[in-house]
Amino acid sequence: MTPLPANDVDLRVQLLSLMLKNPVMPASGCFSFGREVARFYDLGLLGAIVVKATTLTERMGNPTPRVAETPAGMLNAIGLQNPGVERVLEEELPHLAKYDNLPVIVNVAGTAVEDYVEVVRRLGDSPLVAAIELNISCPNVKCGGIQFGTDRGMAAEMVAAVKEAATQPVIVKLSPNVADIGDMAQACEEAGADALSLINTLVGMRIDIDRRTPLLANGTGGLSGPAILPVAVRMVYEVAARVRIPVIGVGGVASGRDAVEFLQAGAVAVQVGTANFTDPFACPRIIEEVRDWCAASGVSRVADLIAAANPAALRLRKERAL
Amino acid sequence: MVASARILRHTEIARGIFDLRFFSPDAARTATPGQFVHIRVSDSFDFVLRRPLSVCRVDPSEGSVTVVYRVQGAGTRRLATMAAGAQLDVLGPLGQGFPLHAGDVRAVLVGGGVGVPPLVELAARLAAQGTAVTSVVGFQTRAQAILQDELALYGDVRTTTDDGSLGLRGLVTGVLTQGFVDGANRYYACGPTPMLQAVQRTMAGLQVPGYLSLEERMGCGFGICVGCVHPIERDGRVQNLKTCKDGPVFPAGEVLFT
Ligand SMILES: Cc1cc2nc3c(=O)[nH]c(=O)nc-3n(C[C@H](O)[C@H](O)[C@H](O)COP(=O)(O)OP(=O)(O)OC[C@H]3O[C@@H](n4cnc5c(N)ncnc54)[C@H](O)[C@@H]3O)c2cc1C
Ligand SMILES: Cc1cc2nc3c(=O)[nH]c(=O)nc-3n(C[C@H](O)[C@H](O)[C@H](O)COP(=O)(O)O)c2cc1C
Repeated sequence: MTPLPANDVDLRVQLLSLMLKNPVMPASGCFSFGREVARFYDLGLLGAIVVKATTLTERMGNPTPRVAETPAGMLNAIGLQNPGVERVLEEELPHLAKYDNLPVIVNVAGTAVEDYVEVVRRLGDSPLVAAIELNISCPNVKCGGIQFGTDRGMAAEMVAAVKEAATQPVIVKLSPNVADIGDMAQACEEAGADALSLINTLVGMRIDIDRRTPLLANGTGGLSGPAILPVAVRMVYEVAARVRIPVIGVGGVASGRDAVEFLQAGAVAVQVGTANFTDPFACPRIIEEVRDWCAASGVSRVADLIAAANPAALRLRKERAL
Repeated sequence: MVASARILRHTEIARGIFDLRFFSPDAARTATPGQFVHIRVSDSFDFVLRRPLSVCRVDPSEGSVTVVYRVQGAGTRRLATMAAGAQLDVLGPLGQGFPLHAGDVRAVLVGGGVGVPPLVELAARLAAQGTAVTSVVGFQTRAQAILQDELALYGDVRTTTDDGSLGLRGLVTGVLTQGFVDGANRYYACGPTPMLQAVQRTMAGLQVPGYLSLEERMGCGFGICVGCVHPIERDGRVQNLKTCKDGPVFPAGEVLFT
């Protein structure tokens, strides 16, 4: 293919009813509510923003240490520390209103179905919230979270209950800690999910061998970062060929090439998590790297890359478009 | 805030302890004592986390910032291989440093191990505003003792070592008696958590207010990951505040240890 001028590349992708200006958004819990990063660059550059998990009432989170480094990755056991949905609505989200065309996706977590439903109901009144991301995959809280995401029946029940209460589209965030990710994806689709995002973190552990005890106070934590990219790509590839709803790729994205890899696997957009910690400018850099890669490869529309390496997913995508 | 900073000097000042000076005019102008810089030790993603190191000295006229660090694990070992002239990816200065109180007549500075570096710039600023400075610094052993000469430029320095190879044998708290803190308006402490805990208890008993610079494992360094929190009692309730953004320095009376 003949190279193009970088300015001729159309980066827009369609996610449900949202036309995103590019396919790159920060991942939940890796961007807080955006205020800190806004000191580094214009958040209006992002395709969308996914904010920290929000629960019904304030949560203090887990004891420290909560983070540990691993080869090309990290473990975290934050434990969903957040001020609760009321304060999120009052204090954390309003500053995002000043950005034009920046869809705000709110990640929702909890310990019981009723909690999730109540949070989603309260978010439903906010015109600022473009979509809900249902976190049924947090490995770091004792009850709830991941248990909904590893049991087919519970996941379906949760999704159905939340869909009934939601006024915004519901993206269900899947856990990789399951035997059959395609089956979970299908269960969520059948229960009414509008889209899926995957993956959340993989459960892991490190031991401080001098102290002879797990390094994290919580014992286990969630593994993220470049180390998990191949696992995430495989799961996106599998899920995109299994469901008709859009899939957002998450896991280890640190460069434009990584983002293109997820798109070709069948994702319509990507989320960037851990890379924001290494490089606070990761998201805008990745957007420019996607643009440059497309230009150099003669790809005029980034949307044309979606499922390019995944024939079964491409077939489903074409059927959906008909 | 984020800079590619040229390394001006990088020398081993004690066994396994390095003095690293880099060129960063903005940071040199704006950094306050107790703040830290978050350094990326490799340009690949093999190390996804930066390493927090306290600002030890700034020289605005030279545009330089100095940190002093101990080789601890893989990241600082990697950092130690970078030579003068190389470019360093530095984020910062970050966090809330030690508040200076203009009217203070006398301040006691307490440092342990690689908690001593931030006290040097602090001592300089306190001395410059006319506050008399006395430092108490503790190390495991003589070979790891650092920066006493630098601190001595600004006031008396007492040294303790765990093994008695230098100064007094024992812990820094052994020095902190009623007579020693006489007339001190405030103390400032930085070091390992058990030391901070002991200093907090001792100084509360002696009724001297002060500040602690806390050490927690950090992720991002600027408040987005919520990894490095510490329980702080403020506004009548216990809150998990971010040591990277709300700290690392907190009023000693607010800091809870479990
Ligand atoms: C605000 C702050 C200021 C600091 N200032 C200094 C300083 O001036 N001089 C100095 O020598 N050290 C300082 N430290 C400690 C220093 O950051 C750690 O020793 C260093 O990060 C260890 O990295 P490593 O790769 O050698 O060890 P590894 O064990 O390989 O590190 C793995 C991970 O654990 C973290 N980690 C390991 N030990 C510590 C520790 N003791 N405290 C915090 N994080 C840790 C690392 O940052 C990294 O994320 C400071 C820590 C904090 C929080
Ligand atoms: C510190 C940290 C906090 C996280 N918090 C959340 C969260 O609140 N909700 C959620 O759905 N995922 C959370 N995640 C998972 C990320 O959104 C993402 O799915 C995962 O880290 C994989 O992407 P990455 O490799 O790009 O980081 C968190 C991850 C990290 C590292």
